[in-house]
Parts: sequence; structure tokens; C-alpha cells
Amino acid sequence: MAERAEQKIVSATGNMMVTEAFRQADPDVVCAYPITPQTTIVEGFAKCVANGQVHTEFVTVESEHSSMSACIGSAQAGARTFTATSSQGLAYMYEELPIAAGMRLPIVMANANRAISAPINIHCDHSDVMGARDTGWLLFFAEDAQEAYDNTMIAIRTAEDKDVQLPVMTTLDGFITTHAMERAELMNDEAAKEFLGERTPLFPLLDTENPIAAGMFADQDSYFELHKALRDAVTASKPVIKRIGDEWAELSGRPFDFVDAWGCDDADYIIVVLGSAAGNARHQARLLREKGVKAGVARIRVFRPFPYEELVAALHGAKAVAVLDRSENFGGEYGPVGLEVATALYNAKETIPLKNYMFGLGGHDVTLEQMEQVYEDLEKLAAGTIDGSIEYLGNR
Amino acid sequence: MANLKELSALPERLAGGHRLCGGCGASICVRQVLMGAGDADVVCSSATGCLEVSTTVYPYSSWKTPFIHNAFANSAATMSGVEAAYNGLKRAGKIPADKEIKFCAFGGDGGTYDIGLQSLSGAMERGHNMVYVCYDNGAYMNTGIQRSSATPHGAWATTSEVGSVQQGKQQRRKDLTSIMAAHHIPYVAQASISNWRDLVNKAEKAFNTDGPAFIDVMAPCPRGWRIKSDETVEIARLAVETGFWPLFEIDHGVWKMTPVRGERKPLTEFLKPQGRFKHLFKPGNEQLLEQLQQECDEYYAYVERMCSLYAEEK
Ligand SMILES: Cc1ncc(C[n+]2csc(CCOP(=O)(O)OP(=O)(O)O)c2C)c(N)n1
Ligand code: SF4
Ligand SMILES: [Mg+2]
Repeated sequence: MAERAEQKIVSATGNMMVTEAFRQADPDVVCAYPITPQTTIVEGFAKCVANGQVHTEFVTVESEHSSMSACIGSAQAGARTFTATSSQGLAYMYEELPIAAGMRLPIVMANANRAISAPINIHCDHSDVMGARDTGWLLFFAEDAQEAYDNTMIAIRTAEDKDVQLPVMTTLDGFITTHAMERAELMNDEAAKEFLGERTPLFPLLDTENPIAAGMFADQDSYFELHKALRDAVTASKPVIKRIGDEWAELSGRPFDFVDAWGCDDADYIIVVLGSAAGNARHQARLLREKGVKAGVARIRVFRPFPYEELVAALHGAKAVAVLDRSENFGGEYGPVGLEVATALYNAKETIPLKNYMFGLGGHDVTLEQMEQVYEDLEKLAAGTIDGSIEYLGNR
Repeated sequence: MANLKELSALPERLAGGHRLCGGCGASICVRQVLMGAGDADVVCSSATGCLEVSTTVYPYSSWKTPFIHNAFANSAATMSGVEAAYNGLKRAGKIPADKEIKFCAFGGDGGTYDIGLQSLSGAMERGHNMVYVCYDNGAYMNTGIQRSSATPHGAWATTSEVGSVQQGKQQRRKDLTSIMAAHHIPYVAQASISNWRDLVNKAEKAFNTDGPAFIDVMAPCPRGWRIKSDETVEIARLAVETGFWPLFEIDHGVWKMTPVRGERKPLTEFLKPQGRFKHLFKPGNEQLLEQLQQECDEYYAYVERMCSLYAEEK
């Protein structure tokens, strides 16, 4: 069992904490391209490069498409490889995302969750990352700066684990988490480096003695089977994430759970949410508990692979559940989180009434009043006086 | 440079048995270029296109050297990542300091002149130590002979059709070699598979250049050009001899043309044998033919002038 390691209390933004994780991991290659609100990650890292704190080859690409293309070349070559992006940048590299996963390359990318154009908007929502949902990347969502750091550490180890070998996107909410100064704990360098270790590539392109062909053409006779293998690999990463997350939890003293289930044990009404908005939901749940309403919050920290069992365990026994989605599903009904929760409950033969909300798109204010409304709705939903159809929360 | 006998003793890095058409210029290009690397270790990449889909059909590969394909637009960006990894890993001591590897990115004209131009420009500007080679067959061949910005003016392609009001491609070919020269990278060249000694020579220089190098190689496609599979080299030679495809290099800013024996031939000698130009020889298109000759003369004169303006100082 790992001993609790010495940590320093710092005041830092989420982006600063991601940069710190990158610095401690001392990657061989980082590809950088600016986009708000991600930019301060690569700017911070550029300082680490300039000050000789890392040995990294820093590739200042001319676009995000080239950024992920170069990451793929680099990771296939055998290098520990990181990048960071947001919104239009993530969309711009979309073509490359399934390629990184399909080639089983352990790239780690931080995404500052931001709305997608049009209209152009630099503020938080999850439509960028949800557009990349089905690409084979593992997806982690941080609630705050501390978790942006912790998730990045866990992401690096997970991606490079010999039983995983998959890209991981570690996401933090634009501005709310990327730019707000918070109290956070930073692991001492020595313990962090020991935890992270070094990457041991399985089939590096630079092994000229054992030449490989990477990124081949596969036809009807093998594409389907290779996709099934990728699906299995993503699913099979779950126990590895758990093992690594637990190891980090022991070292840091901060718990790791796929689903952070606050007050869910005895809750009648539960809000399911990703990322920074969980704080508002929890605050409202606390206020309601003072009034005797049994309110809970289930925050999903690992979205891919999706923690179906953990979520069902958290929701079991509730009278009604609300899912808050921060990205659209135009023309459909439930958003991406809503769909997963519905799947989880249905397959577990749970019949808890469910309602889905769109909230906070493009940085739209997320308020306690909204959370209050949701919990009030849940009482009505349980009583059968309203239905579970989607609603825009706080829409003017 | 090595002589033919010595070249034939070099390791063969692209095995036969691949699925390119008989007489395809792409494989000839790859083999001649890689001869320029001598017996050094070379890592190769290719953009999506005929070369890639025909040489790496899972689970088989024709490449006897490490090879990576990523997508269509990004052979250069991908290789820039490979080269960055090599530098980073060397700095970390994870690759021995004395281990030398050369990097060679291939792309078709579509993957280079068009969709991959930004990726190429970025990689060259950043100064990655790699050789980028465009095998130029003047169209998107893999998807069925659509026009690219490398397709010659007047050529038929499936998206620059010949009909009652249009005679093939309406625009002039993009001069990519000059665009690359404008990047002021250490080495830029234009070569042809027909002039193997010149091409291998240029490849050798490119591989021995410290920093980025670019070579645009005339590599005919029998299927798209509507020529027989044993005419590939002959037609490529006519491209050179007519001045449609002058052979030149820009070596650290010094422009130099490779002299071609004899008088420059009329452009029609290059056009006539190819089915993709056959409409130009129908009555009514005399003026267009004249215009093509004029454009060819202009381009040739431009290259000659650059080579005299920026010649080696005597
Ligand atoms: C982003 C993207 N757009 C389009 C395609 C379809 N595509 C594949 S190969 C190709 C043409 C390649 O042309 P070129 O680069 O000239 O190589 P050639 O086939 O002539 O060897 C096209 C259009 C693709 N694979 N990816
Ligand atoms: S279509 Fe043309 S470029 Fe493609 S393999 Fe055949 S000859 Fe080569
Ligand atoms: Mg082509």
C-alpha cells in the first residue's frame, strides 16, 4: 500500500494544474495550438520548455488537425505525447480522433470544454467533447482544478498502461474550471514522477530493427473485427482506471470514484450531472436536506468507459432522477448523458422516473434557482403530475 | 552518386506484390527516392491515396522499413510528429545518441498540392529534418481521376469533363515547387522518374540535408492518363523534354536546372500520346493547344530565369 505523499497547497487555476501535471510527466513530445480557454495550458508549458524544466520536443503546429496528426506520429514512434485543445479546435481535429484510438495510441489531451459555433461563443458547455464521444477515446470530466490535476495524472498512467493503450481526453469546464483560482494540492515532484513512471511503447515505429506498418488499410474482412476489438479494449480499461485511480487516491488522500455519489444512499431525488455544475447541485441539495428533503447528486467523473453499474448503484432507491445535459441532441429527445442514464436504468430493470434538462449552453448562467426548480420538478415527476420530456433550464 | 550497379545492390525497401496497377509511376518514384537514402535507416509515411491503399492492405505490407499512414491531409504533419519523437526520445536518452534515422513522407498531388498543403507548409516552416516527396500524377487517381490543382490545363478528368461547352480543366496547374522554394528551406527540387540518375541524386542530397527538403516527382498514372502501362517512363521523359516539367533544384537558395539533351520538343509530343488530352487535337481546339504551348514556354522561361538570377556565384 502506498503511503500518503507530501503535497504542497497551491492557489491555481485548472489550466495551471494541468500544466503542472504535464510538467511532472515530462513528456517526450507536446503539440501546441492556441484556443481559448485552453491556451494558458500550452503557454504555461512553453515556459517549462523555455526554463529547461522538461526535456520535451515542443511542436508548435499550424492547426489542430496537424496537432493531432503529429501526436499520432509521435505516439506511434514511441514517445510520451500530450496536447490540449477546446471547442473549434477539437472539432477541427475530429478526423484524427478515431484514428488515434483505432491505432491504439496512448495520447493524453486536455480539453477545455467550450461551446461549438455558430454562434461563436468561448464559454463552457459540453458540445465539443460530446461531439468526440464515439471516437474510442476515454473521457474524464473534472469538477474543479484539483480534479483537473488528479484526472490528468490518472489519464497518463491509464493511457500508457500495457493493457489499455488508448488515448484519453481529460476535460475541464471552460473558464469556470480552466480560469478560476482555487485552492489545490500539488503532489511533490518525486512522488508524482514515481507514480507516472515512463512510457514503455509496445510497437514503436522507430524500432528500425523490427519494422512495422501502422495505420493500414483494412477491408470488409477485418474492419468489423478490429472495431469489436477496440470496443472491448475501451470497456476493459475500466478495472485498470479503477486500479490506477485507487493508487492515486492512496497517494494523494483524495478519493477516486467513477461516480461521485453525494447523499445518494438515502436520496429520494437525485440530479445526475458532469463537471463543475455539480457544485451548484450539491449546494442546493444541502439546503433541501436542511428542510428535510432527501436530495442527492450523482456526478459522473469517467464518461468513457461509462460506469453503468456504479451509476445504477447510486440511483437505486430514488423516487425520481433528473439528468442535466450541457450539450444538445437536436431533433432527438434526451441529451448524451440522459441517454446513458436511461440505458443504465432500463438495462438494470429500474423503473425510476427520469427527466432530462438542457442547461448552461454557451456559458449560460447556472444558478441555485435552477437546481431548486429541478428538485421541485422531481417531486412532481415522482407524483406523476409532469412527464420526463426534455426542458431548457432557465431559458428566457 | 553510386552507379547503376551499386544502386541495384542497395536494400529494396518496397517489395513487389503490392496492388498498384502495372506501370504505376508511384512505386517507381518510391524506389528511386529511397535509393537516395543509401543503406541508412528510413522511416516512411504516406498520405491516403493509391500508394498507401495498394501497399498496406491489412495484414500485408510491402514496406520493408517502418511505415505509417494516418490520413489524407497529413503525411507531413504525421512525419513531423515522428521526427519530433525521435528528437525528444534522443534527448531523454531513450534512443542512443549515435542512432541515425532518416524520415521520408510521401503524398500524391492531391495530398500535397491541395488538402495537405497547409500540413506540408507547417512542417517545412517548423524545420523538421525530413524529406517530403510528392509523387505527382496530376489528379486524384485513387478516387477515380478527379482534377487536382496539379492537373494540367486542358486535361480531361472526371470532374473537369470534356463536353460541348468545356474542354477539360479550365485552370492552369499550380506551381508547387516554387511555393516550396518560397519557404526558403534548405533543399527543394523537381524531378522525374524518367531521369533516374537526376532523381536519385536529388533524393541523396535531400536525405543528406540538415533540415526540411521537398521533391516534386513527375510520376505518371497509366490509368488516369489513358496510356499503356509500358509507356509510363517514356511519357514522363516527354514531360521533361518538352519543358512541361523542367528538372531543377534550389539548393540553399541556389537555383539550378538539369540540362536536357537536344532541342526542347513541342508540347504536343507530350500531350498527343495521352488519352486525357485527345480532345485537344479535335478541330476547334487549335487555339487552346497554342495557349498551352505558350503557358509551357512561359513556365520554362521563368524557371530558366530563376536559375540564371539565383545561380551559384562564380
Ligand atoms: C479527408 C478526405 N477527403 C477525401 C478522401 C478521399 N480520397 C482518398 S484518396 C483521394 C485522392 C488521392 O489523390 P492523390 O493525393 O493525388 O493520390 P493518388 O490517388 O493520385 O495516388 C481522395 C480524394 C479522404 N480519404 N479523406
Ligand atoms: S490508378 Fe494510377 S496512380 Fe493509382 S495505382 Fe493505378 S496507375 Fe498507379
Ligand atoms: Mg494524384
